[in-house]
Parts: sequence; C-alpha cells; structure tokens
Amino acid sequence: MMSNTTWNLDPSLESTALVQIKPQYELFIDGKWQAPLSKTYFDSINPADETHLAKIAWANQADVDLAVRAARTAYTNVWSQLSGAERGKYLFRIARLMQEKARELAVLETLDGGKPIREARDVDVPLACNHFFYYAGWADKLLEAFPGQNPVALGVAGQITPWNFPLLMLAWKIAPALACGNTVVLKPAETTSLTALKFAEICQEAGLPPGVVNIVTGYGDTGAALVAHPDLDKIAFTGSTAVGKQIQKACIGTTKKLTLELGGKSANIILEDAPIDQAVEGVINAIFFNQGHVCCAGSRLFVQESIATQVLEKLKFRLQSIYVGNPLDKNTDIGAINSKKQLETIERYIQLGLEEGAEIYQPTCELPSAGYYCKPTLFTDVAQSARIAQEEIFGPVLTIQTFRTIEEVVQKANNTPYGLAAGIWTDKGARIFGVSQQLQAGVVWANTYNKFDPASPFGGYKESGFGREGGLHGLRAYLKFPN
Amino acid sequence: MALSMIDLTTLEGKDTPGKVRQLCFKAQHLHDQTSDLPKVAAVCVYPSMVGIAKKALGDSGIKVASVSTAFPSGQAPFSVKKDDTLFALENGADEIDMVISRGRFLAGDYQFVFDEIAAIKELCTSARLKVIFETGELDSLDQVRKISDLAIAAGADFIKTSTGKIQPAATFPVVLTMLGAIKDHFDKTGQMIGMKPAGGISSAKLALQHLLLVKEVLGEAWLTNEWYRFGASSLANDLLLQYQKQLTGKYQSAAYFSID
Repeated sequence: MMSNTTWNLDPSLESTALVQIKPQYELFIDGKWQAPLSKTYFDSINPADETHLAKIAWANQADVDLAVRAARTAYTNVWSQLSGAERGKYLFRIARLMQEKARELAVLETLDGGKPIREARDVDVPLACNHFFYYAGWADKLLEAFPGQNPVALGVAGQITPWNFPLLMLAWKIAPALACGNTVVLKPAETTSLTALKFAEICQEAGLPPGVVNIVTGYGDTGAALVAHPDLDKIAFTGSTAVGKQIQKACIGTTKKLTLELGGKSANIILEDAPIDQAVEGVINAIFFNQGHVCCAGSRLFVQESIATQVLEKLKFRLQSIYVGNPLDKNTDIGAINSKKQLETIERYIQLGLEEGAEIYQPTCELPSAGYYCKPTLFTDVAQSARIAQEEIFGPVLTIQTFRTIEEVVQKANNTPYGLAAGIWTDKGARIFGVSQQLQAGVVWANTYNKFDPASPFGGYKESGFGREGGLHGLRAYLKFPN
Repeated sequence: MALSMIDLTTLEGKDTPGKVRQLCFKAQHLHDQTSDLPKVAAVCVYPSMVGIAKKALGDSGIKVASVSTAFPSGQAPFSVKKDDTLFALENGADEIDMVISRGRFLAGDYQFVFDEIAAIKELCTSARLKVIFETGELDSLDQVRKISDLAIAAGADFIKTSTGKIQPAATFPVVLTMLGAIKDHFDKTGQMIGMKPAGGISSAKLALQHLLLVKEVLGEAWLTNEWYRFGASSLANDLLLQYQKQLTGKYQSAAYFSID
C-alpha cells in the first residue's frame, strides 16, 4: 500500500457503442433525406483524435432553395393550420424523444465537437431538452403571453447555429420558432453537423409533418445562400461578430426580421469582499467551460488590488488539478479545441500576448499527441489596450487585470465594443445591484457564472448582437404583432 | 491507502471491554485471508476504554484515540472536561478527539471556545489533538470556516467534522470548506494541519471521492494517515470487499468479512 506517492486517476471512458453514425449524411428536406444537387460532400472529423466520422452533404443555392420551398409549403398548408395545442404536442414529443436518446446525443456531441462528455451529458443535452419542454408549454398560450397584441407567426425562418453548443443552439432556435408557428431551415456549423442530423431523425420519429424542420449542412457559402434567399421572413444567427455584420448587411432593404447573438469579451469582476475560493472556482468555470468556446465566457478577469496576489496564487494552484485530454473521459475538464483552424487562432493570440509583454502561466500537464488541444492559459500584467484584452479569443485563455475602485472597474469592463455578459463576485447585495446596473451587458451573473435556463432570456448589447433568446422574450423574436 | 487512514471507531453507551478488545483485534487483523493489507491508523474509543484498548493493541503501532471533553455534546463544566482528558491521557491515549462547545460558539462566545481548545491542547503534551466541530449543528458554511480558523489558531493538530451522532455529518461542502481553511493556513504559515471527516463515510466510493478532494485541494502530501483520517466504523469492510473484487474479479458475500 502506498503513501506519499503520485496518485493519478485512471481513465474512465464513456462508451461509444450506443452511437450510430452513418458513413454519409444527405440533406434533410421536406421530411426526407435528399442527396444534394451540388453532388458535393465534406468530411466531419473528431477533433479529439483527428479520425474521420462521416461524409456530410454540402448544400448549394439550389439545395437551399428546395429547403426553403419545402418549409414554405409546410407553413402554408400544414403548420399554420394547426392549433397551438397541436404544435405543443409535437414539441413535447420531440423533447421526450431527445431525453430518451440523451446519452446517445451526448456522446455524439462529444465525438463531433470535442467537448468533455461530462459537459455534454450534464449541460448541453439536458438544457436542449428543457428548451423544447419549455417552449412546448408556450405554444398554446401565446395570446396569454402577449395579451391584446394579436401575436402571429412570421412564416419561414432561416437559422444558422455555431459549433460551440451545436444541439443546444439548435434547441434555442427551433423550439421557439416552432412553438410560435413558424417553419424552419437550419444550417448547423460545418464542424458540428451530426447532432443536428440526429435531431432530424428525431423529427421523423416524432412524426413531425414534412417540411416543418429542414436541415441543410455546409460551410459559410451555404449559410450565405440561406441568408440571401428572398422567401424567408426571419433570420436568426449565432456566431462571430464579423459574420453577423455581413448578415446584417445582407438583410438591409428586405422585410426579414433579424436576431443576432454574436461574440463577447465579458468581464468577470472580483471585489475584495468576495468569498475567494468560490470566486476562483467561478473564474475557472467562466473561462474554461467548454474550452472557452463560449460567447459569454468570462475572458477578462478584473481583481481588486488588495486581493490580487491571493487570487492569482489560488488560480494557479487550481489550474494544476484541471484535467485536459480525451473528451470521452469522464474525468476530463477541458476537452479538444473544436477545429485545427480554431486552435491556430488561439495559438496566434497566445503568441500575441507574449509579444505584447504580458506574463503567461500554464500548468504542467501533458496534452494528447493527436487531436487539437490547448493548455488552460492565464495572462497577467495585461494592459487594457492590449489586443488579447480587447479581441475575442474563443479559447481557454484568460486575461487578468487589477483595479482599485469600483468606478474604475466599471469603466474598464464597459470599455469594449462587446456587451454580452459579465460576472460580479461580492458578499454585499448592494454592490451586486450597484455594479450590475452600470454594466453594459445582456446578462450579469452575481456570484456565479455560465448559468442557463430556458426561462431566462439571453442576448447582447452593442456589437454582441440584438434580440433575445429564451424565456418569454424569446417568443417575441418569432412573432409579429399586426395591429 | 484508505484502510491505513481509518480510525476504527466504537462509541456507544453499551461498549464493553469485550467489544473493545474485539475491535482492537480487528484493527490488527482486518482480513488475514488477504495478504499485504495495512493496519488501520487508530482505534477510537471512550476514555473509559482507553486502558483496555492500549493493552489489546500492545506494540502493534496502532494508535489509541480517545474522545474527550464530555463527548458527544460537550455540555459539561471545563473542570469535568479537563479531568476527562487527563484520565484518557493517563491511560495512554495517543490522540485526543475533543468536541467544541457548540452552544457557546453559536452564541458568539468565540473567546470561550478558543480558550477551551487551547487549554486542552496544553494538556496534550505528547498526544495529538483533534478538534470535533459537529458541523451538523453549526448552521452555515460561514460558521464552519470560522470555527476551522479558530481551532487551527488555538492549536488543533487535526480538525474533524462530526461526532457521528448528528446528521448531516461529513458532507462534501463542509469538508471542502474545512480543507480550504487548512490550505489557507498552510499557504500563510507553512504548517500542515490534519483533516478527519467522520460520520456517514461508509463506502469505498465515498472514501475515494473524499481522497480526491484532499488531493486536489491540499495536494498529495496530505495523503497519509499522519495528515488524513476517516472516522468510520463500517468503511473498512466495504474497502475490503472492493479490494477483494479487484483481486478476484468477483464480489464476495459480506459474510466473509468479520463485522468487528
């Protein structure tokens, strides 16, 4: 028996036996799997070990057109004719089927996107199911949700989702759209199409009328074709601010209703009276959750000077017990970076941080030899004017700055084109209210971070986008009020 | 490793010399059918049983720990608590598991609680002092943190969650809070303080989770029975059961392990 020896965790791998991945996926249009008119396919790979997962159809403009037409026909002939209660039944059925297949969806999400199985299993999939349950409940209560305002569905929505929370973002988009009586054409991100395609199978199983949900897979050109399609009433996009701006330009002069949920460089603020151990744990969650691939990640940490040394020491110590590695291992805290391209972006920013003279800290952990991995990274001595403190990195990289007064930190936190989220850590309720009212952010978390619930609206200020998803507010994005 | 960290415990009103002698034998012979098993760290008994335990354990190297200071309630005048402790020490106790005066602590009389711990510490010239908080009676994690800091400052060698008589006992939030206090004290002074969760840790799986908490919060230096103990009566058998499963690939009947 040992004592004082190194004691490491054995791997505890989630089985992939449950998951069936087809060798090739077609487009899901009008309730059927249809080979793309483009006749082209792209490869989906597992970022954890760079193995090939499936060939996926690459939709072109003609394919997108077919999908929009199917959605229009389904809207006119079927979906708009159903009562809210009937629509709700379909949504409840989808939610239950997703719950039944929760384990399969979680493993698939991890294989395709690289996120730790623990997060896919405990966060992504249950939240996605809950979104369907939540909006299923609203489907027959729209008149009560907007009394006297005569809420009416928009028609056909084109929706584009990102690769960081593929199934969850699909749920954020499709659940309210269908509940409000719209039909949809959804384009998932090219690196993470598989759970959306599995969702299409669930729609079939649920007996959802053909054409109500259409999934067109592909790269940015597919998304551009969707946005440009003249017969859409609504565009919903979650992704980068740069692409969001292009979409907004493309929608100018059209009648398309638009919601954008874009990037962020969110401030996480620790005041000197905060419970420090909890705050440190919160910082870890805020920036390293999902490898930092979170639009609302707390990527700028502001610590009051009087506790800065202590917080930094604790952060460094905590980093040492973070497990980076195989996302299928239930012990893993930080999985694989979603794509080679994203890994290169993150590495470029880390290099930039060094050139800008910031001090770097990374724990001593070994990374797997294959796959895309990045160590959790802290930068201290970061200037407000440094690019690593201004630009969204979308990876496990945290910049740390100190401040003296609350006035100063509010100014610094707001000194960014983004305005998605913020966190504040303090023992005093009055300070929570005082500071949060001054922060320009769509969400402010107090003594917690990255907490999501279907009943709670989410969205940004400034260049982080407009429109809200989730909650009662989320319905508004898919309705018009003619009188 | 977990076996060697156990304080094998019997703290019942109906304890007899016979029962204590049985427990002491078990402490030295956990499961002789399995080779290379360690012994437990200590046997934990009432002061009246210290002499018997000491004799039964002989030179086995297993420590005798005695609860003290009017365990479990601590509701006695200090003179009684002092005598209680001296009696245990005179009978050869190697470790003293004292309880704090929870009533005085909750009433905000921190000086009293501090002085009491410090006074008992003074009596323990060669014995190590474990201070039991009975966190199930302390209301909040803020209180747990406060008493942890206070006990460490007053001279505790170990801090211990519970008597085993009150639920909830060694919950993860409570244990994490206490480990945090130990960590902060170590960072400030370089002095190590031991940790003993007690009450309700009866399965190998739970024990493993506790050990992981220690490893990640404090580091591997604490993973020895010098700095970490489980206060438990039934944990040992589940560890043996799981160990046998590892060796043979099969679960054995509980009937193959002696109950005490």
